Amino acid sequence: MTQIDHLIQIHDLKKTYQSGDTKVDAIKQMDFFIDDEEFITIMGQSGSGKSTLLSIIGALNHPTKGKVLVDSLDLYSLSAEQRADFRSEYIGFIFQSFQLIPYLTVLENIKLPMAVTGQKKKVKNQMALDVIQRVGLGSKANRLPDQLSGGEQERVAIARAIVNKPPIILADEPTGNLDTKTAGDIMLLLQSLNKDGHTVIVVTHNQDMETYATRSIKVSDGECFI
Amino acid sequence: MKLHNISFGNIKRRKGKMLFLVLGLVIGISTVVTLLSITESMTKNIEERLNQFGANIIVVPKSENLSLNYGGIDVGGVNYKVREFDQKRLLEIKTIKNSKNLAIVAPKVLGPVQINDKTILLMGVIFEEELALKTWWQKQGGTYPEKENEVMLGSQVAMLLGFKSGDIIHISDQPFTITTILKQTGASEDNAIIASLGASQAILGKQGKISMVEISAFCQGCPITELTLQIAEKFPDGKVTAMKQVVMSKMQSIEMFKSFSLGISVIVIFIGSLLVLVTMMGSVNERTREIGIFRAIGFRRGHVMQVILLEALLLGIIGGIIGFTLGNLIAYSVIPLVMKDSVFVGINTNLGIVSILMAVALSLLASLYPAFKASNMDPSEALRAL
Repeated sequence: MTQIDHLIQIHDLKKTYQSGDTKVDAIKQMDFFIDDEEFITIMGQSGSGKSTLLSIIGALNHPTKGKVLVDSLDLYSLSAEQRADFRSEYIGFIFQSFQLIPYLTVLENIKLPMAVTGQKKKVKNQMALDVIQRVGLGSKANRLPDQLSGGEQERVAIARAIVNKPPIILADEPTGNLDTKTAGDIMLLLQSLNKDGHTVIVVTHNQDMETYATRSIKVSDGECFI
Repeated sequence: MKLHNISFGNIKRRKGKMLFLVLGLVIGISTVVTLLSITESMTKNIEERLNQFGANIIVVPKSENLSLNYGGIDVGGVNYKVREFDQKRLLEIKTIKNSKNLAIVAPKVLGPVQINDKTILLMGVIFEEELALKTWWQKQGGTYPEKENEVMLGSQVAMLLGFKSGDIIHISDQPFTITTILKQTGASEDNAIIASLGASQAILGKQGKISMVEISAFCQGCPITELTLQIAEKFPDGKVTAMKQVVMSKMQSIEMFKSFSLGISVIVIFIGSLLVLVTMMGSVNERTREIGIFRAIGFRRGHVMQVILLEALLLGIIGGIIGFTLGNLIAYSVIPLVMKDSVFVGINTNLGIVSILMAVALSLLASLYPAFKASNMDPSEALRAL
């Protein structure tokens, strides 16, 4: 198997944060790959480096050393604007605590990633309506985020992540703020997205979530264990 | 979904902060508009008042002799022999390039008449023009003459000849009703009989002739030298004199008000811009999380800048409109307080357009740095705030 066959390839990755004279190695050394249409959970304790790893895969955080190849594209050899375009096309982010824009309605929040894409208005509307139905919030399209429950807000966040049909979905503790039942529903939704062809990578410290994934990567003290 | 939806949404959501930002613009723009409107009204008022001081251009026939007169005292003996112009040539004054600046054109015919064995100066005038020019004249009862057979007397003449209002005076055997006696002015008219131009020309045998013309030029930033030259062209045999002190003081007053307003405007605009800058910086800092999300979902730096600058543009337009309206309202209320008898000159549409453009430019300029800062925010740093 050659390197090109993998969707995501991590090579000799290292990330050190510096604050004044203090240096902290968030990622000491990592080498692994993720294939197309996998559902991966990245498990680890708080401070293990899993969120840093997710942001590096999402072309948001420049590593101190090493390479990240996505679809054979060396992310950190691209310019900042090229990485923005890459994120728009390839990545759907689901953030911790939903992170919806409070002054935009559910539908507007879902359509947010489309503000910088070139599709026609009609196409955008149809795509947004499709995903809002998919996450089961069709009747709440014009509500503001603070008028929704936690589970509904998470669904909006997922809809926003998939509206542009990105091949990769990155989710950072998507069930962290939800009760067990709602968390299970959200994981099932992510699982169905994976079955539809999206590669899903979920960062979590909840071991129960591992059951939804096709593979799990454990992160501890800046290193990963496949 | 377009970028402007984000800008509109943010303005709607952060009403308090945006109100504060608009306030900075409103203070700046309304101050400028108020000061400019007050200056404009004051300028107009000053001009009107200065014009009430009388003529600022005098046209007399050219003479080869120098005047032997100082401060109203003639040391060359009484010389009533004066040269004249044709009255028809008055019309030529109205054909000069800056004729719209000529407010009052008051011709006169002058000559001596014998009354009770005394030689008195007869001054023939067009009453309407003369009274508009000499607003300081005050009558001692009666009315100003209106008809050809009516006259008024200067205070010294009335005293010397012993006439009062309502008396009949015979000039060259023609009877004239004295409608009023002028109160003492300290000027030449104290010693004159003032009659209508036509009657005086007939009495003096100077039909169709005038001895001098007094002109009041009404203009802003008056090109008085230019006006003098233009009139002189029409009267090559005349001497056109501009009373420069009056014009100079007029110009100085206007310039002083303008400099004052400009100085204050610059300071207020500077403070307003700082307010916008500080508020916009605060707004950007508050929105670190949002900007992180925008960048994470694929917004380019330019997109983030567009969102911030669009907000600034919209707030600039709102600030400009409110500032202009408020400025006019303040000017309308304040002008009568700062200058008696002065009135608001009205809404200046051009100033309105300039105000809005200025507010937009200020808002955009003051938001440029915050927008640049926002767009250059490292998305990973911004997202660490999540």
